[in-house]
Amino acid sequence: MEIADLLKPKDFATDQDVRWCPGCGDYSILKQVQSIMPDLGVPRENIVFISGIGCSSRFPYYMNTFGMHSIHGRAAAIASGLKMMRKDLSVWIITGDGDSLSIGGNHLIHLLRRNLNVNILLFNNEIYGLTKGQFSPTSELGKTTKSSPWGTIDHPFNPAALALGADASFFARGLDLDTKGLRDILLRAHAHKGTSLVEIYQNCNVFNDGAFAPYSNKSTRQRSTLLLEEGKPLLYGEDANKEALYIKDMKVYSAPLESIDAEDLWIHDSKDAMKAHLLSRLFDPYTEDSLPRPFGVFYQEDRLVYEEEMDKQLHTSIQSKGIGDLDSLLQGRNHWTI
Amino acid sequence: MNQTIEKATVLFAGDSGDGMQLTGFQFSNTSALHGNDLSTFPDFPAEIRAPIGTVAGVSGFKINFGSVEINTPGGKVDTLVAMNAAALVKFQIDLKSNGMIIANINGFDKRNLRLAGLDESRDLLSEARDAGFHVVEIEITKLTREALKDSGLSTKEQDRSKNMFTLGLVYWLYNREIEPSLLFLKEKFKSKPDLLMANTKVLKTGYHFGETIELFSNRYTVNKASLPAGSYRNIAGNEAIAIGLISAAAKAHLDLFYAGYPITPASDILHELANRKNYGVRSFQAEDEIAAIGAAVGASFAGSLAVTASSGPGIALKTEALGLAFMLETPLVVINVQRGGPSTGLPTKTEQSDLLQAIYGRNGEAPIPVIATRSPKDCFAVAFEACRIAIEHMTPVILLSDGYIANGSEPWRFPKASDLAAIHPNYAKMNEAYLPYERDARLVRSWAIPGTAGHEYRLGGLEKEDRTGNVSYEPENHQKMVLTRAAKVNEIAHHIPPQEIDCGPETGDVLIVGWGSTYGAIRTAVLNMNKQGISVAHLHIRYLFPFPMNLEKHLRNFKTVIIPELNNGQLVKIIREKFLINAIPLNKIKGLPFLSIEIEDAVKEQLKG
Repeated sequence: MEIADLLKPKDFATDQDVRWCPGCGDYSILKQVQSIMPDLGVPRENIVFISGIGCSSRFPYYMNTFGMHSIHGRAAAIASGLKMMRKDLSVWIITGDGDSLSIGGNHLIHLLRRNLNVNILLFNNEIYGLTKGQFSPTSELGKTTKSSPWGTIDHPFNPAALALGADASFFARGLDLDTKGLRDILLRAHAHKGTSLVEIYQNCNVFNDGAFAPYSNKSTRQRSTLLLEEGKPLLYGEDANKEALYIKDMKVYSAPLESIDAEDLWIHDSKDAMKAHLLSRLFDPYTEDSLPRPFGVFYQEDRLVYEEEMDKQLHTSIQSKGIGDLDSLLQGRNHWTI
Repeated sequence: MNQTIEKATVLFAGDSGDGMQLTGFQFSNTSALHGNDLSTFPDFPAEIRAPIGTVAGVSGFKINFGSVEINTPGGKVDTLVAMNAAALVKFQIDLKSNGMIIANINGFDKRNLRLAGLDESRDLLSEARDAGFHVVEIEITKLTREALKDSGLSTKEQDRSKNMFTLGLVYWLYNREIEPSLLFLKEKFKSKPDLLMANTKVLKTGYHFGETIELFSNRYTVNKASLPAGSYRNIAGNEAIAIGLISAAAKAHLDLFYAGYPITPASDILHELANRKNYGVRSFQAEDEIAAIGAAVGASFAGSLAVTASSGPGIALKTEALGLAFMLETPLVVINVQRGGPSTGLPTKTEQSDLLQAIYGRNGEAPIPVIATRSPKDCFAVAFEACRIAIEHMTPVILLSDGYIANGSEPWRFPKASDLAAIHPNYAKMNEAYLPYERDARLVRSWAIPGTAGHEYRLGGLEKEDRTGNVSYEPENHQKMVLTRAAKVNEIAHHIPPQEIDCGPETGDVLIVGWGSTYGAIRTAVLNMNKQGISVAHLHIRYLFPFPMNLEKHLRNFKTVIIPELNNGQLVKIIREKFLINAIPLNKIKGLPFLSIEIEDAVKEQLKG
């Protein structure tokens, strides 16, 4: 612990050249991750980054920890086996929208329901970057790409709704350029005991530039984004012109702040599953009068952690049967001697 | 009259719901405890509850037991227990010409004939008698109900015990003790006293029925076999694999991680290991085959002994991750309990058709050691050996078994834990700078485990620079790494036992080369032909890739090499390609094991030439 306390963010950088395109949103995320590492209080050798395939999955090469750049879609499965055997390690999964929502979709939902204590950073750029620009499972409907010259006919995933549908115990959304927000989310994801899924909107300035511009541009972001703050009302818009969200008949509405009674304000409570589901549905494409897109921690729940339950069963079994003796295993129940 | 015989083959057959597997299993265990050598072969439908009374729904369990060496579940059957008409329809062809049929005539009424696809007017048992079989007709269902009429059980529940009547009767016929099965019932029904009472009563009734009714002209005794001194137990293949894995983990001082996805006929390995938590085994039922091997790769990275098992279709799904494990050069054992293919194929039938998949089935240049088990008891040693090679040579290893071995059983002279050799992981040295792809004299890289300060390293599926493991696209480096990885795997040939001739002369006319579950049939055939003065030997290959260094020398000591396989000719392709020898294939692709007579006939045909 003492050594970890003395480490600086640069101690988590490797000697490898970072090879993302200039201007890629990945740089900012890498920087934030390196910057929070010393604050975790975890020795460097007890941290493991596991990635799949895609631009973001180069990430482990740039972290001076243990790491594996694995195969497409399988990081969640690999990290699961690692964590089951080594619950002492801080395990981080680095993945993208193609990696974890398309080819690795199955592993993602099963990891979420099992709830191993790992952190997933899902870099969502709504495009396949490494293969040079095909649509991804989060690309908006009708998107024209090389592989969809007539526009996509694929309804996109809503990652927040998908995660909550799979009973994720932690879901947060961040934005590559929002360094402070991202930092807070990463620290909370680490602190959460269970699977933390952090979706990070990441700009691919080569193949999908500006996909998240409404949420990052100064001119629109106050109107388009909703910052989730624990215990505080859900407000958005310019300071002089705040709008508030409220719930009526299980539907979400917005109105000028001053027009709503204090007791009707929607106060953010990340332990409330029903409200989290409603937040996840705030997903309409940005227009001037659409409801805002939430950022921050949607949901957090303390529930059974898979690898701890696995350990408990092991210990219970040893308590009731005694530590396994190899000779009695070899001889079995019925044996005879000649 | 009591007659002593050297060996006998009994086949219990009935509807899937008749409990024939349990009956056969009990008979095997008791015969093993009795001291016989034996070999068993369960043959059951793929459907869980195939339509009642139909031929497709017949479940059979064959056991060959003797006072002499037994290597196969036997050829033709001495005694066939047929619980219904369909069972006789399916298995009469397997009877010896003067064989005995014990028929539950309550299962031969018009309805059962119709369900078996026969004309209702047929009298199957008279026809069998006319064909020369010795037919013993017993109203097993009725006698079971009679025995249980005061039990308070429903007719349906009563009927479930009728397999115990059969078991008791056959115990009497072959002079077996019923005590081991009484103990088994006591354990199985310890919380259900009424069922314990019913099954116990019917088992005894069946036994006494044999004694009092003069239906049988003969009673048979099969004496103890003269097996080498030692302690024995009866063991099935999948169980032996599980025990081998646990033993290897203990001998390597590693935690065992096993990940699997349910698939026939490999699932029993998962079941076995899931029940061994007090041995520190962590078993994981994954969401799919890919996740199972993925989790195993993660567990290997964590510093554990990682294992996954499946059958052909599942192995196909695992292929990409297997390539990753090869590239990472990390220990991993992948078990393929083969079944009939291709695609879903014949899930409950046996075949050896995944050898080429095991040796060649990956993208890129990715040679992986392949070893095969030859019988249920051999599974222990081969599982242990697969782990040793994986751990000591930092490589994935493929272990080939098959459905015949997985479900079959035989007596096993089990070792003492203290007699098992230690396995030595090639750990990175503490307090030294660590280069992940620096190699020792055997070309093996060292294993650094997360949690070791100063050893932090990154690795992955991209081509890596020699020694450092950094990503590299250098042309010279790629060629060097491909050749180095191949040389590393080939080097394993220097660290395995030399190939031996199993039986027969060291040089001569014919060498039969086998691998996997054909062992028993080939050995039986060769021993028999040697008795007849035929110059034939048997060589059985455990290490299929890389081959033992002296294999070629053996092959060249014979005029003719014949390779029987339960596939369309896979090992024979490899042998011909590698040694430019005119090896002759002998193929059977029926989902069934070879009979020794089939091999004998083929050799004789060849010698006639």
